[in-house]
Amino acid sequence: MRNVFLKIRQYFNLIFFLTLQVIACYILFHYNRYHEAVFMGVGGEITGFINERYNNVESYFSLKKTNTELMEENTRLKNLLKQNFDIPDTTFLAVTDTIRIDSVEQHRKYQYYSAKVINNSVTSQNNYVTINRGYAQGIEKDMSVISPTGIVGTVVNVSKNMATIMSLLHSQSRVSASLKKTGETGSVEWEGNNPQEITFKNIPKSVIVQKGDTVVTSLYSTFPPGYPVGVVNEIAEQPGSNFYVLKLKPLTNFFNVQYVYVVKNLHKQEQDALEKATNK
Amino acid sequence: MGELPKNIFRFISFILVQVFILNKIPPLHQFVTPYLYFLFILWLPFKVSRPALTFIGFIFGLSLDYFTKTPGLHAAACCLVAYIRPFVINILISKEDSGYNYTSPAPSSMGWSQYMVYVFVLSLAHNFWLVFLEWLQLRNFLYLVGKIIATTGVSFLLIMITEGLFFRKQKFKTNI
Repeated sequence: MRNVFLKIRQYFNLIFFLTLQVIACYILFHYNRYHEAVFMGVGGEITGFINERYNNVESYFSLKKTNTELMEENTRLKNLLKQNFDIPDTTFLAVTDTIRIDSVEQHRKYQYYSAKVINNSVTSQNNYVTINRGYAQGIEKDMSVISPTGIVGTVVNVSKNMATIMSLLHSQSRVSASLKKTGETGSVEWEGNNPQEITFKNIPKSVIVQKGDTVVTSLYSTFPPGYPVGVVNEIAEQPGSNFYVLKLKPLTNFFNVQYVYVVKNLHKQEQDALEKATNK
Repeated sequence: MGELPKNIFRFISFILVQVFILNKIPPLHQFVTPYLYFLFILWLPFKVSRPALTFIGFIFGLSLDYFTKTPGLHAAACCLVAYIRPFVINILISKEDSGYNYTSPAPSSMGWSQYMVYVFVLSLAHNFWLVFLEWLQLRNFLYLVGKIIATTGVSFLLIMITEGLFFRKQKFKTNI
């Protein structure tokens, strides 16, 4: 027994080092987006606070670009307003609905929350975006996040006033998307190397694809359908496979994303419950 | 300034520099990620005991992990650097040599050539372990080798620039 203790004392440094390595590797490999809450808890709020301070300063540098982007989006939305459309047929009259209950609201499927990005990374293999809204402001897990120009990612962890988003540039990120022109659906992933390049898989070779085609979110994705994802940049044909591997340039500029919208799917709970009941 | 407040100050500033300056640089190439923060461990005084050194490395790496949201990744790499640091120092300067008469490793206390070897070996160890753990998740051999070489080169360069910018005078310790 005494020898055992002696050996332990002799190799204490090595044992201590190995223990710490094992702990580090354990949390690294057993960590996925579902365990995040345990690790991030209090630490997340502290780093979030520092990030917010830093972002207060940093956001001034890209103010001009952000303004332009918001202006462009405003113009696009203004063009969709009802009063821009003239109804030539006089038998159909536009009547203002005076009923208190908004009849459109009952069919609303997506609700948008605006949020500001307070931390963002593009250089590692698993990138996250942090925003300044949390459960106190109505953000929930698994909500999708879009920027004015394209999709950003999915909410994976929520604290009181902050939320982290698994960016599209994350090795576990999978987004169902389709070609805008022909509607074929495939999956968008990230290979982990170049933040300017994402991969679009499972498009059959029978489809004619051209460089410059737009790819949008599909009807089955968690994002609002038809929202831009990327533009085809390179078409690679895999020999021995019936599918293309398309390289896309993401439409969101992940290097300077400043303001995002968090999208809540109001039908999600019902849809999930129904699908779960069907699979039983 | 005493050694403890000085190192606490360094701890905080290295983390902040890494998170808010170096990690924000748009990548020049997919292989190049500039890492400088582990210089904190390289600068710790000689007299820190080995378990304490390993533990400081672990905590230091973990604090960076909180910012980058990669739990354990930098902690494992820093822990390794802190663990092998005494071995490297023992090889480079012998116990009777003047090196141990100074407080902490620096070009002025170890000599430039020894110090450069010291920095090179430890940044290689750090980047090898870091990139290797990353590689286990996304396997691509060329990526592994290319990234280890490129990041080590960049780290080495950054550390040498820092060394030139912040000259640390080392006082000779006497027994009196």
